[in-house]
Amino acid sequence: MKMTRRDLLRAQAAATAAMAANVALPAAAQPAAGAIDRTLKWSKAPCRFCGTGCGVMVAVKDGRVVATHGDMPAEVNRGLNCVKGYFLSKIMYGADRLTQPLLRMKGGQYSKDGEFTPVSWDQAFDVMAQQWKRVLREKGPTAVGMFGSGQWTIWEGYAASKLMRAGFRSNNLDPNARHCMASAAVTLIRTFGIDEPMGCYDDFELADAFVLWGSNMAEMHPILWTRVTDRRLSAPHVKVAVLSTFENRSSELADLSVVFKPSTDLAILNYIANHIIQTNRVNKEFVDRHTTFRIGNTDIGYGLRPDHVLEQRATNAKEAAVSRPSNFDEYKAFVEKYTLDEVAKLTNVPKDRLQALAEIYAAPETKVMSLWTMGFNQHVRGVWCNHLVYNLHLLTGKISEPGNSPFSLTGQPSACGTAREVGTFAHRLPADMQVDNPEHRRIVEVGWKLPEGVLPGQPGYHAVQQDRMLKDGKLNCYWIQVNNNLQAAPNSANETYQGYRNPDNFIVVSDAYPTVTAMAADLILPAAMWVEKEGAYGNAERRTHFWHQLVKPPGQARSDLWQLVEFSKRFKTDEVWPKEILDRNPDYKGKSLYEVLFANGQVNAHPASSVDPGYDNDEARHFGFYIQKGLFEEYAAFGRGHGHDLAPFDVYHQVRGLRWPVVEGKETRWRFREGYDPYVRAGTGVEFYGNPDKKARILAVPYEPPAESPDQEYDLWLVTGRVLEHWHSGSMTLRVPELYKSFPHAVVFMHPDDAQARGLRRGSEVRVASRRGEIRTRVETRGRNRPPRGVVFVPWFDHTQLINKVTLDATDPISKQTDFKKCAVKVTAV
Amino acid sequence: MRHGFGAAFAVVMVLFSAALLAQTQRPVPFTETPPAPPLAADVTDDLRKIRSYPDQPPVIPHAIRDYQIDLNSNRCLTCHSRPYTEASQAPMISVTHYIDRDGQVLATVSPRRYFCTQCHIPQTNAKPMVENRFVDIDTILSRQPQPERR
Repeated sequence: MKMTRRDLLRAQAAATAAMAANVALPAAAQPAAGAIDRTLKWSKAPCRFCGTGCGVMVAVKDGRVVATHGDMPAEVNRGLNCVKGYFLSKIMYGADRLTQPLLRMKGGQYSKDGEFTPVSWDQAFDVMAQQWKRVLREKGPTAVGMFGSGQWTIWEGYAASKLMRAGFRSNNLDPNARHCMASAAVTLIRTFGIDEPMGCYDDFELADAFVLWGSNMAEMHPILWTRVTDRRLSAPHVKVAVLSTFENRSSELADLSVVFKPSTDLAILNYIANHIIQTNRVNKEFVDRHTTFRIGNTDIGYGLRPDHVLEQRATNAKEAAVSRPSNFDEYKAFVEKYTLDEVAKLTNVPKDRLQALAEIYAAPETKVMSLWTMGFNQHVRGVWCNHLVYNLHLLTGKISEPGNSPFSLTGQPSACGTAREVGTFAHRLPADMQVDNPEHRRIVEVGWKLPEGVLPGQPGYHAVQQDRMLKDGKLNCYWIQVNNNLQAAPNSANETYQGYRNPDNFIVVSDAYPTVTAMAADLILPAAMWVEKEGAYGNAERRTHFWHQLVKPPGQARSDLWQLVEFSKRFKTDEVWPKEILDRNPDYKGKSLYEVLFANGQVNAHPASSVDPGYDNDEARHFGFYIQKGLFEEYAAFGRGHGHDLAPFDVYHQVRGLRWPVVEGKETRWRFREGYDPYVRAGTGVEFYGNPDKKARILAVPYEPPAESPDQEYDLWLVTGRVLEHWHSGSMTLRVPELYKSFPHAVVFMHPDDAQARGLRRGSEVRVASRRGEIRTRVETRGRNRPPRGVVFVPWFDHTQLINKVTLDATDPISKQTDFKKCAVKVTAV
Repeated sequence: MRHGFGAAFAVVMVLFSAALLAQTQRPVPFTETPPAPPLAADVTDDLRKIRSYPDQPPVIPHAIRDYQIDLNSNRCLTCHSRPYTEASQAPMISVTHYIDRDGQVLATVSPRRYFCTQCHIPQTNAKPMVENRFVDIDTILSRQPQPERR
């Protein structure tokens, strides 16, 4: 390589400086005289964090990730990342990575009160299988369970579903996505008969107004917020409305900031519907052709334990999901009581703001995108909230077309792709099929090449119910993968920890780091993470995207997929399936679960040699076939031709993701709209084809108060949530020094007057206590979140300040999703 | 030879396990309610920190409390945007920040880059919770066999 004079001078100057400072000069700063290999191998991958699904480019050198940057060709983010995404390079390199299985032992034996002791994978699986077999023998399939997440790759969630439902014949499989977007998923199916948003992120560049319903996108979906910001600042007519129970960073872009009294969003939504009707702005033709009306049961309880007084008192706690047919006139009369005066009084929102908000929806020419996350979904009436916002879009026909888009955002990278589409919920099967539907079970049994009757029809325990059943000793073998539930679950000291340490139970946690959940387990399995394995995620806009394995996991850490499939080898069908089924199907006798679930002629159809030679694939090498491809193709068969079409496996390694349904190689941006969605018949305009009548449901439901409100002693509302710098429980981001140093510990955000009234000031140490538990933290009165008087906010990322000891395990009775946004606490000086 | 390697490996694994266990015992036990450490002080030394790789957004070496960044005004840009850098002697925002979503270079900062704190974060004096063993590219290159000098 030829050096110019300038290069030489610069190098000499640097060498002189280095000599003076007595430091060795890094090779890269030396003149490029010889054979130093400066090339980096760049590969694409989706970000490991939220449901936005940004593309990143990952640089690998000598077997290590050395850099990442935002992927320019990725449609979602076009070159941008948020601060967490920019630090992805460091998430795998925390010094306390788990690198070998650890079992609680005493005297060389497993013991519930033993100390964590390193064991081999063989020992780990031996003990684990012994426990599973004992419990299955003594109590049957309902006593084993698994808790996963929307961080499972698509094939990991799929393998878990096969192992749990078909292998152990238990539907006690749920993802922590239950805590995150069950209300959204349930309502999409109740309204449209098919899950996931009809629109997509292209709507960000096309909408005239954005309404955030309980979503702090500026911190939780920063890259989507850049698209909202871009649109708002580029087109002056665009308006942004931010609805929340406290002001936050999203309020900084708001033309209309609406801070309402907790839970009264239900009334605001019904007021807007009333306003649309009263001002004659109903799109009558759309409503007549494409919708039907129903009226829902009320007084439906709060998803607490059945003996709780609130459940005893509720009229329809057992029939929460029930509704009856209705009509427009009845609906109109139903919402009439939500007048401007009444709703302003109930919500504490000024009338002019309510009117301005209602006009965004009512004005026929304004294209509106509604966006929501946890404020809506983590709500004891979360399903109702979701219904009520769809009502607004359906009444006005502002749906399923560019810019008009009710859009539920997700918090995990594959909440849609794995938890929902694969169906890792206690009641779901792949492609929106349901476990309690015998036809659906039969379709899945055939697709999995299994004997009739193997799949159980009783929905399993959902997330909160799993914790309760562990505590009550009814669920005894429990495997947790890719989540940190002891930090995430509500009322954790009373309802979660007790179950994990219940002597009747055996708890296994697969994780990359020693989380509080792992430390409360009996067996810890070290997990490979992110680009240490080949993976696939599905983001919030129905985009499925893949990545290759780029580096090796440390020590003996193995992917969750490897763990699931390897564990299946330890069971024979005779040990887990009823004798009658095997007698009717003798070919399955004496087979291992590995043979019937994974070496079934489909999952092992693609040889290991078909893996891209440019990349590693530890699982393909280990099992001898391209297991990710086999699982994906078997899974994709359920959705192809049924509105959930996925492209062929190999395509996804070439592209920056595709939005399903992918029909004839083309992705779908707006579903249910002729011209955009190939499933809509010509001449119909719009078809909500998820429902047999091809119409969407408008549901009349009222405002109802939350499970717990402040009183004289516990005089403040507690809202929990997240911060920009940390992702969920912080197990990855707390290990990135820059992120940790930026926001090292949780604080309680409160109004300065509320602090002063308690003799507190910024920095004071306090107890935040409810009837259930307490934490110690510090007061923040000037930070990014500005609660009104009477409301405090505490983020939950901090494992030294476990705010979920304080929260209440009330759920939406329909979706079973916890309300983490409303309970009563007091704040006192330490 | 093979046997010897195995024995050596076993010793290494035992040592490794001991170190690992010390680490895994670090988290605060679930049942405790530890005191909350005082709010960490902001780093305000105005010294540039090395980036882990070229695309890492630089961290902010000064306090930004009460900075207004909203629909009406952006305090950061009053020092860091091109016209003000001579007076402020602050680093100019990266040229990438003038490029819009479609790759066009704009006259001023691109609206998609408007909210600085989505990528640039201040630091406190808190001690990292755990060591991070990320190795930067220059360190890896320096481990490569040195080319012979001609």
